[in-house]
Amino acid sequence: MKLNKGSLFALFAVLELASDSRRQLSTTDIAEKYGISSHHLAKVMRHLVHAGLVQAVRGVGGGYRFAGNVSRTTLLDVIQLFEMLESELDVPNHGSKAGDPIVAELKSITREIDELTKAILDTITLETALKSTRKRSAAAGDIPSRD
Amino acid sequence: MKTRESIAIRSALPSDLDIIIALDEVGPEEEKPSYWRGIFDHYVKGGKKDRIFLVAETDGTVVGFIVGEVRAWEFGSPPCGWVFALGVSPKSRGKGVGQRMFEEICRRLKQGNIATVRTMVDRNNKETLSFFRSQGLRTGRYIELEKEID
Repeated sequence: MKLNKGSLFALFAVLELASDSRRQLSTTDIAEKYGISSHHLAKVMRHLVHAGLVQAVRGVGGGYRFAGNVSRTTLLDVIQLFEMLESELDVPNHGSKAGDPIVAELKSITREIDELTKAILDTITLETALKSTRKRSAAAGDIPSRD
Repeated sequence: MKTRESIAIRSALPSDLDIIIALDEVGPEEEKPSYWRGIFDHYVKGGKKDRIFLVAETDGTVVGFIVGEVRAWEFGSPPCGWVFALGVSPKSRGKGVGQRMFEEICRRLKQGNIATVRTMVDRNNKETLSFFRSQGLRTGRYIELEKEID
């Protein structure tokens, strides 16, 4: 599965901010942590503000703070702000009708894959993803585990 | 607000049948009594340790249930725990009832030397899928396949 940069950067930002909703982080803070373009991230953050998932904090030390619902927002909710996650079979339009059954079968298979992908992403809330992240960190000895 | 401490988990009793039928939101209404009578016969009265039927109570009222068992060598899998029924009263959702029941069933499975728990959920049942994912379950190694019989 390939996510476009917008979706990926949005997931980094939303999960990072949601991991501590009291904290404010700047675009630069997040971009440096994940090794991504702060220019591109800034555009993503504007979309996230518009969607109500993050809030821009004005003034000295500004930045962004998480403003969504960590237990109701799913990874698919974030991704769908930036792409539709549907496989595109790059099928030429000028083939003959004789090719239709095979084209239709391939489209059916990719639809099956897409539906499974969406069913997974739409049932992982930010809270669940962060819980799993904390366990990984604890297992790696980074932080004490807490549930 | 109810705290975790006010939820009591216990094994189901034959007298719980009617409340379980009422809590069950899945399946056709007319099938539920005979379905649950069958489940109670095997999982409540059967007395086998590898069949687990738990209920959650708050203030003496049953507000949830979870049913599971150990299945061995189905589909080539070593013995593992399967949770095949779960229900929480709508008024009691979001209060940790499901989590407490799931933790207890896992504890009992672990006591029986079972290291894996599985379940199967309709892909459109977002609420139940989200719940099991919140308990740490991920997509397993087995793929469910099906077809309409011509």
